[in-house]
Parts: sequence; structure tokens; C-alpha cells
Amino acid sequence: MSSITAGTQGHGHDAHGAHGAHGAHDAHGAHDHPPFLAHHFESPQQQFDSAKLGMWLFLATEVLFFGGLFVAYAVLRMRFPEVFSYASHYLDTIMGGVNTAVLILSSLTMALAVRFAQTGRKAAMLICLWLTLAGAAGFMVIKYFEYTHKIHEHLVWGTTFYVPPDNAEGQTEATELAKEPPPAPLGVTVADPTQPALPVLAKVPATDAAAIKPAARAPSGLASPREMAKAEGIKTGEGTTGAHPSLHLEDRKMPPNTHLFFGIYYAMTGLHGVHVIAGGVMLIWLIWRGMRGDFGPKYYTPVDAGGLYWHIVDLVWIFLFPLFYLIH
Amino acid sequence: MAHATTSNPGTHGGHAGHGGHAEGHPLVGHLVPISTLVGTAAALIVLTVITVAVRYIDVGEFNIHIAIGIAVIKAALVAAFFMHLRWDRPFNLLIFVACVLFVVLMLSFCVMDTQQYKNLQFKGNPPAVETTLKANAPGAPVARHTQYQP
Repeated sequence: MSSITAGTQGHGHDAHGAHGAHGAHDAHGAHDHPPFLAHHFESPQQQFDSAKLGMWLFLATEVLFFGGLFVAYAVLRMRFPEVFSYASHYLDTIMGGVNTAVLILSSLTMALAVRFAQTGRKAAMLICLWLTLAGAAGFMVIKYFEYTHKIHEHLVWGTTFYVPPDNAEGQTEATELAKEPPPAPLGVTVADPTQPALPVLAKVPATDAAAIKPAARAPSGLASPREMAKAEGIKTGEGTTGAHPSLHLEDRKMPPNTHLFFGIYYAMTGLHGVHVIAGGVMLIWLIWRGMRGDFGPKYYTPVDAGGLYWHIVDLVWIFLFPLFYLIH
Repeated sequence: MAHATTSNPGTHGGHAGHGGHAEGHPLVGHLVPISTLVGTAAALIVLTVITVAVRYIDVGEFNIHIAIGIAVIKAALVAAFFMHLRWDRPFNLLIFVACVLFVVLMLSFCVMDTQQYKNLQFKGNPPAVETTLKANAPGAPVARHTQYQP
């Protein structure tokens, strides 16, 4: 029993950097302890298996975490199938598809990085980790363009979805132009300072426009100003210039509650995006440790576990892509 | 107190069946050939192209089933080859499969519940939401909600 106690103490000292206790090692085995082996593990195999078990348990919580949102998605889609088939067309399939390919390829480079770590090819491993990081960055850049475009068009959750996106801009331009009124032809009143003067509008004083619009919309907002103008045969010129697109609000085919699609879209892709950013931070850490020379055939557990995390991020996107972008 | 009795920690553990690689092999874990990894990625890309193409074919209700089916195949490829589950300890596979099954369980019960209450639901906005939308969002299309059907 005393030899066992001595062996255990030897372990404890070793973990604190006291390497003078090699005699104690000989008491309990022929192998010497590699620096990466924590003292509470019996062997590299046990340490590796424990780390992977822990990582898989963490990934299970991640699956359950996203699972709740997938349930929310399913219930919303069952309640409003028309919203999903309509609103899906506002998402850019090309951008989504490119992002899918980017994530798949970065998963490949991550898996290759694990392999190169296992075979001790440090330079190749680092290149693969850098490529994976580039994939993470590329994904977020594409996602940034998608998000900003949608936010600009007010394709967002909540009541902002129902506010015409060109309101603020249009008003600014109107006030700017009001300071310097363009020379109007004699007898023609300019109703809309942003538009060329139209004789049809001449009889309508500009001040009445605000009063007319709500009145025209009175039976539960069936018509937008543009549609009213179209119905009355007035050329607005908005549709041709496309300077202030507010397409979704003027689409009469838009089903009610369309904002719900964007609510769940931002919730799910946003949470996924946070995971991509976290994966990027993890990759930077792996690259830093890899450059320091921590990884090799004997010890590569962080690369392997980080790889598992990166693959689960890819796996979630594999479901998100068809569920949001590819609704017929 | 297993240290004292362990004489051979076993460099290959449960993966002894793998070996003979010229470029060296890891102390632990499984070495996946590069061709397998590249092949997996190629299969994933091909399946992505297929799932995008299927979008434009109208097969009614089956569109979503096909899309999810392809996604499940892709997920299985990622888990089996990229995540090494094909060669990993079966317990890790058990954890993964179990958590996915629990998500499916929760999903199916919620879907059944939603199905059950389908006749009680509004198509469109409830009147209170409609009022709020009219006040807060003047551009909003007002819901053409059907009557409450008990």
C-alpha cells in the first residue's frame, strides 16, 4: 500500500512541475508521463476518451439548444404555411447556397487539420486551420451582406416590418428640395418635389396629399399610395426609378403575419451566426497553440474537439439552409 | 488505485485494428484517409446542389420531406466521417443519437398538438393585434382573418 501512496504523490508533484520525482514513476509503470497528460488520468487514451466524451455531451446540449428553435419553426410553419412559402423568396438562394458550400469546405479543411495534427505535419495543419478560419470569416461576411440588405428593406421582425423603409430618406429629400423649389412651369403645382411636375397633379394641392392618403387607405389599408396612384392613372415614376423600394409592403399577395418568418429567421440564423463567431475565436486559439507547437501525433485533443464543434455548426446550417431558403 | 497495477497503458486502446500507415499514426484516435474526407465533402456539395434543384420542382407536400431527407443524409455524412463517429467509441454515438431522438420527440408532440388545435386558430391576425398594427404600422396589410371556428 505504501508504494501506491508514493506513486500517487509522485503524480501530484509531477503535475506541479517537480520533475525530480522520476523514481516514483518507476514504481508504477514503465512509461514516463508526457507533459500533456494530466495527473488524474491514467493514460493518454483515457484522457483522450474523457475529453471526447465531454465534448460530445456539450454537443448534445447544443443540439437540444437549437432543437427548441426547430420546434418553434415547425409550429410557426404549420400555423402559417403561406407565410413561409411567400417570405422564403425574399432570401437570396445564391448567397445561402454559397454559404453552405463555404461551411462544407471549411468543415473539410477542419477535418484535414485534425488529420495533419495526427500525422505531425504542423505546417499543413496550420494552413488548414487558417483556411477554416477564412471559411468562418467568409460565412459571416456573406451573412452580413444578407442581414444589412434585409434590415435596410425593413425585412425584420416586429412592427418595423410594416413601416415603409423609405420613410426617413424620402422625408429628408423632400425637406431638402423644399428649400430650393425647382422652377415650376406656369400654372403647374408640384405635388411631389422629388418627382418631375405632372400636369395631372396640378389640381391637387400638395398640402392635401397627407389627408388623401389615409382616406384612400381607409378600408383597412388595402391600397398603398403607389397603388392608389396607379388606380387613378397617375404616373408616380417610383416603380421605374426604384430609388426607394418598399416591395414587400406594396405586394398585395403578401399574407398577414409575414413578419413572423423573419422573426424565426433572425432567431435561428442569428444564433447560428453567434456559433460561427465562437468557432472563429476557437480557431484563433487553436492556431496560436498550434504555432506554439503544442499539437502532434501524441497530443491533438483540442484540435479534434474543436473540429467536432465546428462540424456541429456546419450540421445545424445543413438544416437551416433548406428550411429557410428552399421553400417551394 | 489503478495506477499501481497498470503496467501497459496501451498506446492504441480500442483502436488497435488500425495501423500500418507509412507517415506515422497518432497515439490515440482514428486516422481518416484524405480520400475519404475529400469524398465526403464532394458528396455534401453534390447533395447541396440536388436540394437546391429540387426546390424548383413542385411535388406538393413532398418538397419539405425531400429537403429534410437530403439534410438528414448530409448530417449523417458529416457525423460519420468528419466527426469520426464511424470509428469512435459507440457511447459517443449513443449520446448524439439520444439527444437527436429527444429533439424529435419534443418536435413530434408539439406538431401533434398544433395539428389538434388547427380548427381553433385564426388565419391572420387576431383583432387586437390588428388594431395595434394599424396604429403602430400604418403600412401594414391588415389581416383578412376568418371567423373564429370552434
